[in-house]
Amino acid sequence: MRRSVSKVLPQLLRSNAAASSPAIQQIGFKLHLVRAFADDTNLKRTALYEFHVAHGGKMVPFAGWSMPIQYKDSIMDSTKWCREHASLFDVAHMCGLSLTGKDAVQFLEGLVTGDIAGLADGTGSLSVFTNERGGIIDDTVITKVSANDIYLVVNAGCREKDLEHIGKHLDAAKAKGMDVTMTIHDDRGLLALQGPSAMPVLQKMTQFDLSKFYFGMFAKFDIKGVPCWVTRTGYTGEDGFELSIPNSGMNTIAEALVADSEVRLAGLGPRDSLRLEAGLCLYGNDLEQHITPIEAGLAWTVGKRRREKFDFLGGERIKQQLADGVPIRRVGFISAGAPARQHSDITTPDGTVIGEVTSGAFSPCLKKNIAMGYINKPHDKAGTEVKLVVRGKANNAVVTKMPFVKTTYYKG
Amino acid sequence: MALRRFAVQFGLRAQAPVADLAASWGRAFATVLPELKYAKSHEWAKPQGDVAVVGISDHAQGELGDVVYVELPEVGATVTKGETFGVVESVKAASDVYSPISGEVVEINQALVDEPAKVNSSPYEDGWMIKVKLSNSGELGDLLDSSAYEAHCQH
Repeated sequence: MRRSVSKVLPQLLRSNAAASSPAIQQIGFKLHLVRAFADDTNLKRTALYEFHVAHGGKMVPFAGWSMPIQYKDSIMDSTKWCREHASLFDVAHMCGLSLTGKDAVQFLEGLVTGDIAGLADGTGSLSVFTNERGGIIDDTVITKVSANDIYLVVNAGCREKDLEHIGKHLDAAKAKGMDVTMTIHDDRGLLALQGPSAMPVLQKMTQFDLSKFYFGMFAKFDIKGVPCWVTRTGYTGEDGFELSIPNSGMNTIAEALVADSEVRLAGLGPRDSLRLEAGLCLYGNDLEQHITPIEAGLAWTVGKRRREKFDFLGGERIKQQLADGVPIRRVGFISAGAPARQHSDITTPDGTVIGEVTSGAFSPCLKKNIAMGYINKPHDKAGTEVKLVVRGKANNAVVTKMPFVKTTYYKG
Repeated sequence: MALRRFAVQFGLRAQAPVADLAASWGRAFATVLPELKYAKSHEWAKPQGDVAVVGISDHAQGELGDVVYVELPEVGATVTKGETFGVVESVKAASDVYSPISGEVVEINQALVDEPAKVNSSPYEDGWMIKVKLSNSGELGDLLDSSAYEAHCQH
């Protein structure tokens, strides 16, 4: 049945302006009315704001930006479309930046766990910025463009925090005479094209041979005549590309992509379902300042070469955790009953609390409840039966290996 | 129906700008059945003698998106007008459902356990939620008739 769209919300917002009425409770949909009026004047807009509105995007505030949570398709349909065709996401709210200079690699290695020096030119990887206690400040995809040029993308919600953190250390580095400069790419926007049809769709728009362009690689080439920086990566578990595009070219490329019948627009709603199905972490839910990459199951981000000196913030703690192990672990769950959400307790079958859910939702592709959370060892073994407590009810669940949906990264 | 807990996992808060909502959302043409009574919170009641069948309106299911789970009370439970009797979950959020009338739950729609999407495809028929033996049939008079509900939804 086609979903109907409503004017209920604007009407309620107006009525709320009068008094705090029970109308506050009459909210449909995913919006939590805390104030009677729209205070959106401070929300940032990407270059595609009008494009989203014109294409039926439902705009919501996210990390200080006005972003589409979905378009005409339901979140379920949108998620499935991505895995069967191709979906286009505006992710320009994320922050792209570059570190350049002959000491850029050394500088960055002081702040992240990855072996940046060891990356081949034109390749990248997921890494994490750590704090003094080895906790995660943010996760990021770091690409070594060349020996003196590193390109990074960080989360929108962590932008201020990350830039302040990097900036502080940059000042200290420069004071010591290091040659490193930071450039923030606010003149560029980011689009993500994801799904099995992403490659054939994009190939029609560029001369660059995508068949030899594998997962994790980076290159600069023209798309529809617009010079882009492209990484073969994404946040869905599917094959796909993240396109860094000058703001002036965003609409051209977005319009060209949606003109292809294989491509549909997708918003933040399906983006979250997709990443959870792929077992990928969301900072603020599954990763936090007090969680180390070892606890988060991201020990692989600590490069092998980095395990000689552990010369990054919090290195000592990470070294100790790798040596001694950690008492908790991030695992996946499939559960019965109502979907578990962030902060649901995880208990043993007899009710002892042994962990907490950090992300959960109904999986559109699996048609089951999936969740991610941290659990005390030894309950972390796949197949362990536990309970997830949702609204006072302890629902049966089983520890499940992730990804929940098989990934299809393009490795040639 | 109300958004009880904000299950969107990346911390969406506050509401979308009114102007943007008006611009980006089209006109509502949700079905409103003339023979039912409606609560402002988007539940409907269908009187059948001393029992009323209760569900959520087409408007409400459209707002929610795909329903993936429905939590209903036990048979024999008491429901009170204006208070929650259950929860409807979509992919990303959980919403309370409020009873439009008071009484005793005499039947619940078991079909919703296996097929919660009936709430979307057939909100007034197969997607019914509970049947309540009315303790105060006068409460039906407090509810909106179909044209009043339609007006409530659309102005």
